Amino acid sequence: MKTSTFWVVVCAIFIGGLVLTELVSNEYYFTALYVILQATIMAIAWNILGGFTGYVNFGSAAFFAVGAYTSIALSKSLGLPLPVLIAAAAVICGLIGLGVGYLTLRLKGVYFAIATLAMAIVLETLVNNWAYAGGARGAYILTPENHLWFKSYIQMIFMVMLLLTLVAVAISRKLNSSRLGRGLAAIRDDEVAAECAGVPTLRLKLISTTLMGALMGVAGAPYPFFVTFVDPASAFNLFIAVNAIAMPMIGGTAHWIGPVIGALLVGSMQEIITVNVSSELNILFVGIMLVLFITLAPQGIVGLWQKYRRRSAS
Amino acid sequence: MLTADLLTDAVVAGVLLGGFYAAVAIGLAIIFGQLDIVNIAHPAFIIVGAYTAFILNSKFGLDPVLIGVLAAPIFFLVGAVIYRIYYAAFERTGQESLSGLAFFFGVMFIIEVVLILVYGVDYRLVSAGYIGKSWTLGLVNLPLRLLVPFVVSAALTAAVYAYLSRTFMGRAIQAVAQDRLALQLMGANPISVKQWAFALGMATAAIAGSLLIIIGPVEPSVGRQYIGRAFAIVVLGGMGSIPGMFIAALILGVVESLVTTFWGPSWAPAVAFGFLLLTLAFRPSGLLGR
Repeated sequence: MKTSTFWVVVCAIFIGGLVLTELVSNEYYFTALYVILQATIMAIAWNILGGFTGYVNFGSAAFFAVGAYTSIALSKSLGLPLPVLIAAAAVICGLIGLGVGYLTLRLKGVYFAIATLAMAIVLETLVNNWAYAGGARGAYILTPENHLWFKSYIQMIFMVMLLLTLVAVAISRKLNSSRLGRGLAAIRDDEVAAECAGVPTLRLKLISTTLMGALMGVAGAPYPFFVTFVDPASAFNLFIAVNAIAMPMIGGTAHWIGPVIGALLVGSMQEIITVNVSSELNILFVGIMLVLFITLAPQGIVGLWQKYRRRSAS
Repeated sequence: MLTADLLTDAVVAGVLLGGFYAAVAIGLAIIFGQLDIVNIAHPAFIIVGAYTAFILNSKFGLDPVLIGVLAAPIFFLVGAVIYRIYYAAFERTGQESLSGLAFFFGVMFIIEVVLILVYGVDYRLVSAGYIGKSWTLGLVNLPLRLLVPFVVSAALTAAVYAYLSRTFMGRAIQAVAQDRLALQLMGANPISVKQWAFALGMATAAIAGSLLIIIGPVEPSVGRQYIGRAFAIVVLGGMGSIPGMFIAALILGVVESLVTTFWGPSWAPAVAFGFLLLTLAFRPSGLLGR
């Protein structure tokens, strides 16, 4: 996609969102769209490290929850507005990503994957024992009265999420084609060869984990205002981590559009199944899709499409 | 209050618990430590083992440990099939690091959700004559529901250790862990050796599952807590060293038990992961590393 076309599409989607808030008043649609957008940001964030760099990470839920709890703690203690909370969550989660990366990325990728799982449990234990943010019982957040010119708060937070998603997509797209992104791809394909060719692998991996953490935190920061009640069990839910892995894997990990396609597709399917069938079957569906795609179509939907195009071209 | 009684009880309970952790980790010591296959679904298979024990125990009243031993051959076969899929889809194409991990993650998730769909999130337990009783040796109190798993687990560890170091196939497994190419040059097929080893590791999950449900009630998501413990033990023990794994399991059991007694059970889950992070950061080769 050409850069100019890309920005036209981004602007069109943003204006489309604004129009939607004017025309539609049923709050369910905004709730559903919010959930899908949140999953999209997390899929993009996961893909920066998992797809571009080739380092699998199971700690998505932890970064997400840290983002959510940063927002709870700062709005409770200082009463900061949402944009500041999002920025603070990005900084804190980025630093945690950097720290965990620094501790484990010099080892094999497998250790990093397990360490991120470890980090999720350690952080969950900390939050469980953190009385100020509600501990194991959870915390209530009052949604602010002020919702600008929108008809309801959910519409405003939906537009915030849409903006954040578009920013995440732009970052991911820029990264995919930049010098940094090519360095990451070199690490994914052959780390030793990349190191020998002069790619500063550790530094690039650390940039990549920091960016991943920051984006996950951004996805989590508005979450308390969306659900108004957060407890560790829901914020650190394994399902969040599964979604963040399944969506890029299903969409395709090598290209920036992959996680976006995966998230939109799987996210909307989930909404449909949850409403029409049951939420347990919806979770099972994601797990089975993940395993099927990994074993049968490891390049995801983008890979299948590229194969199809190549075949029809020849 | 720090009293001698409380301390001895905590240490004894920790040693017994640690012995049981060895049964959880031994399968991974083979699969992850020796074969480098990151099977994070292993604890989920242990939960399947626990549910097998629960079903057969409540239907036929069989002893849980016996069920574990009977179920082990079936788990062995399932393990062989899973390794075949893993090999065909990932190992052959060199995709194991990224996709293999996500594959096992998906498998773990599917097992958990299927168990929830079929049996719900209720806690399940087994009944056996020795559950609830305890022996007293002097000052020390030995609850049988911890002592039986400890003894079975120690026996399992000893058997696996003897198998790996004494038999031809066991040595072949260690050889494939050391140098796969060299094994191939000797005219052996590394794939079938790995398949055998993976299946063996899976078979231990059946026994570990029956021990798990003797210790306490089980529900589908309990397995997740054991991911960190099992991997922490394998890494701390030195990747595939069976004696190192057993020592690491005992250390983790004792530390966890002390933390539970003196700080409260809500801190216990962090212990294993704290261990894991510290080991990875400061001594990645583990206690008895190769």
